[in-house]
Amino acid sequence: MTDKFAIETKDLTKNYGRVTVVDHLNFHVKENEVFGLLGPNGAGKTTTILMLLGLTEPASGTVRVYDFDSTREPLKIKRIVGYLPEEVGFYDNLTARENLRFIADLNNINVAETERRIDEVLEMVGLSEERDMETGKFSRGMRQRLGIADVLIKQPRLVILDEPTSGLDPAGINQLLDIISGLPKIGTSVLLSSHQLYQVQRVCHSVGILSRGKMVIEGDIDELGREAMAGGRYIIEVEIAEPKAELIDIIKKIKGVEKVEAEGTILKISTDSDLRSKISKAVVDNDALLVQMKVHEFTLDDIYMKYFKEG
Amino acid sequence: MLAIVRKELADYFNSIRFLVLFLLVLVASGFGLYAVHQGIRASLEASKAVTESGFVFLALFTSSFQNVPSLTFSLGLIIPIVGIALGFDAINSERTGGTLSRLLSQPVYRDSVINGKFLAGLITMSLMVGTTLLLVAGYGLRMIGIPPSAEEIIRLFLYAFVTVIYGAFWMGLAMLFSVVFRRAAGSLLIPIAFFLVLYFFWVMLGMGQALAEAVAPVTGGTDIATQIQQAGLQQTIQRISPSYLFQEAYIVLLIPVWKGLGAISYSDLPYMIQNPLSLRQCLLAIWPNLVGIVSLSAICFGISYIIFMKQEVRAQ
Repeated sequence: MTDKFAIETKDLTKNYGRVTVVDHLNFHVKENEVFGLLGPNGAGKTTTILMLLGLTEPASGTVRVYDFDSTREPLKIKRIVGYLPEEVGFYDNLTARENLRFIADLNNINVAETERRIDEVLEMVGLSEERDMETGKFSRGMRQRLGIADVLIKQPRLVILDEPTSGLDPAGINQLLDIISGLPKIGTSVLLSSHQLYQVQRVCHSVGILSRGKMVIEGDIDELGREAMAGGRYIIEVEIAEPKAELIDIIKKIKGVEKVEAEGTILKISTDSDLRSKISKAVVDNDALLVQMKVHEFTLDDIYMKYFKEG
Repeated sequence: MLAIVRKELADYFNSIRFLVLFLLVLVASGFGLYAVHQGIRASLEASKAVTESGFVFLALFTSSFQNVPSLTFSLGLIIPIVGIALGFDAINSERTGGTLSRLLSQPVYRDSVINGKFLAGLITMSLMVGTTLLLVAGYGLRMIGIPPSAEEIIRLFLYAFVTVIYGAFWMGLAMLFSVVFRRAAGSLLIPIAFFLVLYFFWVMLGMGQALAEAVAPVTGGTDIATQIQQAGLQQTIQRISPSYLFQEAYIVLLIPVWKGLGAISYSDLPYMIQNPLSLRQCLLAIWPNLVGIVSLSAICFGISYIIFMKQEVRAQ
């Protein structure tokens, strides 16, 4: 990962009639990372993506993709960005190979190179066997994988995937996520829009949560959890066989501990850093029996629910 | 844009739709040939072409026999249908198939999608019209044994050009509705309704003429100048329909002795010489018609272009 930005937006706004779909949106995606754009249906994810590609004009604000302005130079962006729409369609009367050939033709890739790349991308998404099958006979999962191949044929620097996993079975989802998580290794950044939290958590380096056209939170998944849920603190859960009252006082005196709550045999300790070693020493010194101890990890679910309860 | 033209052409040539249309065109040329076989002698004698004008070869395309229509008539009926069939689902099939957003996210200008489709349609129609004319010309040559003169060849080329442009108008109209309507059913039915009104009712069933006569009656009592003016107005009203414009244009091109455009008073009639109009004069006579048909196609194309450029690409 580098610090160069693949996508940068500034006060991006879009209205449909009187409804503001995207409202002063600011976010950026670093090069060679997988960025998850999250949000419930109707949050403005697809509209944002269309503006990134220059397919819809923003009412105000700017988008820059690899330093190209989306509204002024959409063609330059389309040359280096691959886009997989939510409901991807192919020409059903053509085979997988013919569909890809057409896209390669539109991208001015020469004939020999086209054939080489078609074999390469079909191999990558596991459709080599079906290359000469008409896409009308493809299953949903196969179409989605062909969609990825279709996006990769132009060897893009950034791919934008709009709900790529919707409508797939678990095996199909896993297959697709594996392909996606491999993309940064070949030098491709990814913007993934989804409302499937678990999947985003699995493959994304950082996420942004969109609600009613506004970015409510943005950052690395681990950091986000702590900042959002515990105000930047660690929460350490300690289970002790027979907790005594004085133990709580002792733990409270450890430097960095802010709060201790006891719930039966479990102590929930808020700290400003990872103090597990010091806490375990205190417990053992106090002759208490330590059953288990862990740092509470926040899942995207926690974060998501928190924001949408508030929203 | 070339990539899109290539793909569309490949699509057309592989589709069943194209096969059906081509069979239709073949049937038309077969009919035309039959009509020629039976009726060319009579029609040549009627037009005095053999003895006076010398345009024998052109009669291959314009002769009819009793109820069997001439080739020009069948082609004038079929080419709008071909145009509509090629254009009615140009854009909305891409939209419903989910391929439009994929196509537009490629490095192509948005207008090249619509331009490419239009151009591919034009090529397809040119091939159809060209094939038909060549077929009839070839068989006709064997049948009558008289080769075409240079002027006749030029006239045939012009006729083919006008026919393709006329087809392009209908294709442009159908494409306009394929941009406006999300469903192919709507974008098919409305151009067909237009076709029924503008061709079938207006030209064939004489609705245009009836309307023109009602609006601008030529009454016997008035002076000659007013009568000619009224007759001119009648013609203008009839020319609202592009089918009428097309009909006038091809008649002047292929039947050079025709003196039908514009009103002539009875008192002038005896002074008219029964000789064919020269090619130059023919072109002058139909120039407004040509401009009319071309600009109508351009208007249809222009409107669909503007709407398409402003439309949301979102697939829904």
